[in-house]
Amino acid sequence: MKDTYFTLLSNKEIAKNTYEWVLEGDVSDITAPGQFVNIKLDGFYLRRPISVADIEGDKLTIVYKVVGEGTEKMASMKAGEELLVLTGLGNGYDLAPSGDMPLLIGGGAGVPPMYLAARRLREAGKSVSVILGFGSSDEVFYKERFEALGCKVLVTTVDGTSGIKGFVTDALGDVDYTYFYTCGPEPMLRAVYNATETSGQFSFEERMGCGFGACMGCTCKTKYGNKRICRDGPVLVKEEIIW
Amino acid sequence: MVNTKVSLCGIELDNPVIPASGTFGFGYEFAELYDINILGSLSFKGTTLEPRFGNPTPRIAETHSGMLNAVGLQNPGVERVIAEELPKLRAVFSKPAMANVSGFSVEEYVRTVERLDTAPGIGWFEINISCPNVHGGGMSFGTDPKSAETVTRAVREVTKKPIIIKLSPNVTDIVSIAKACEAGGADGVSLINTLMGMRIDLKSRKPVIKNKTGGLSGPAIKPVAVRMVYQVFEAVGIPIVGMGGISTAEDVIEFMLAGATAVEVGAHNLVDPFASKKIIEDLPRAMEKYRINSLTEIIGGAH
Repeated sequence: MKDTYFTLLSNKEIAKNTYEWVLEGDVSDITAPGQFVNIKLDGFYLRRPISVADIEGDKLTIVYKVVGEGTEKMASMKAGEELLVLTGLGNGYDLAPSGDMPLLIGGGAGVPPMYLAARRLREAGKSVSVILGFGSSDEVFYKERFEALGCKVLVTTVDGTSGIKGFVTDALGDVDYTYFYTCGPEPMLRAVYNATETSGQFSFEERMGCGFGACMGCTCKTKYGNKRICRDGPVLVKEEIIW
Repeated sequence: MVNTKVSLCGIELDNPVIPASGTFGFGYEFAELYDINILGSLSFKGTTLEPRFGNPTPRIAETHSGMLNAVGLQNPGVERVIAEELPKLRAVFSKPAMANVSGFSVEEYVRTVERLDTAPGIGWFEINISCPNVHGGGMSFGTDPKSAETVTRAVREVTKKPIIIKLSPNVTDIVSIAKACEAGGADGVSLINTLMGMRIDLKSRKPVIKNKTGGLSGPAIKPVAVRMVYQVFEAVGIPIVGMGGISTAEDVIEFMLAGATAVEVGAHNLVDPFASKKIIEDLPRAMEKYRINSLTEIIGGAH
């Protein structure tokens, strides 16, 4: 865990209400896909926990959806601004059990952490399938980026304006997989839990105080005991989840 | 060379800065970030007789210059604290620690203190009679002078270690509670715990926190805390541990001028994991700026 200054290199809207930041700074403590960073914003007391979409050299990419005052402020920020960022938070995905044909399932703001996972899995020579779920076609992002990695990509939209009409689980029948990784809103995670036959890893979201395990603000119950989403998670394995 | 040493209930501290209970776990996780032996002491996570999961989430809400929490005293219970948490703390912290204890009955406070009394490495007990986030205990002992005195007296009988009673600001007259604790044999009082508050989400039209109410902490509460420390200092003869929104070395000095012998840093540890370290390292500069040679000299200096 490191608390260092990053420089905002770019801030662009890549889909409806969805922004991508590229930041430059010390990313050395980010060791696994599915980890997150906690960003200090002027005028806000608590930091904003946002998942890591990608790291390359000294560049950190995050993608966030505007959902409240903090993310509104983030959307208005310009290249060149400096931000204090706590990095290396959370356990992240364990890619070891992926098998040869891992499946990544991302829904909305849960898509970004799938990108670094996909890249790492492709670098390891895996045959990677990706299901990306959105509400409507104007919310779709990163489809081409996953395809550029050589992943098989299926898009679902609730209103059917892009890809398969329905939810991510409606695309499960079109892929073969040995293991899965998923991130998205809780109802989606629950549906994925019920619709999948293999084991897998789920990344959860919760309101956090600190983001590094001190305040006990984000504790959940699991079959393996109480876990802090920020530190013992955000990734939990299928076998330990209690809904 | 400025002197940052203070004496709290007969135990000397290298400096008056103590991370507050509930914001620093059992210390060892912060020890991965820096040598926590630079701290004056630390008040570890509030411990109860039985294990507690705490409240359902969301437990946290942001506010202007602060935050609400309704964690609800999550802890593994005193037996596991002694068996698992304290050895990990002792491995990274060689100074006396402050044991923060909560309960839902006088007997629970007494039994928890009895169990911890023989555990190594404990310098003081901080008896929390002011948690606003649990029902049927916690704060109910801290909002009535008679109950506060009863708990103090009962705990006094089972330990020779200094006992510091942690007071609630959610009362009409904190001075009367502080005096009752002193009468009951307390060696000190610490104040303030969080102020009860609420935030409502405009989209869901419901309280953000599942428990509905939570305790407000952070810079927003500092003036309330300074005022209460000032008032209690005038009324009691026992040392005060001041807290509420401390985030700078200047804040430490302000609380000590109001009457605090030592201070606790709470919410700021959560927005900056290095907060307590930075405050301690910055203290000499702030002391020189305000021409303070020794922190002991300024305790209650505003009166």
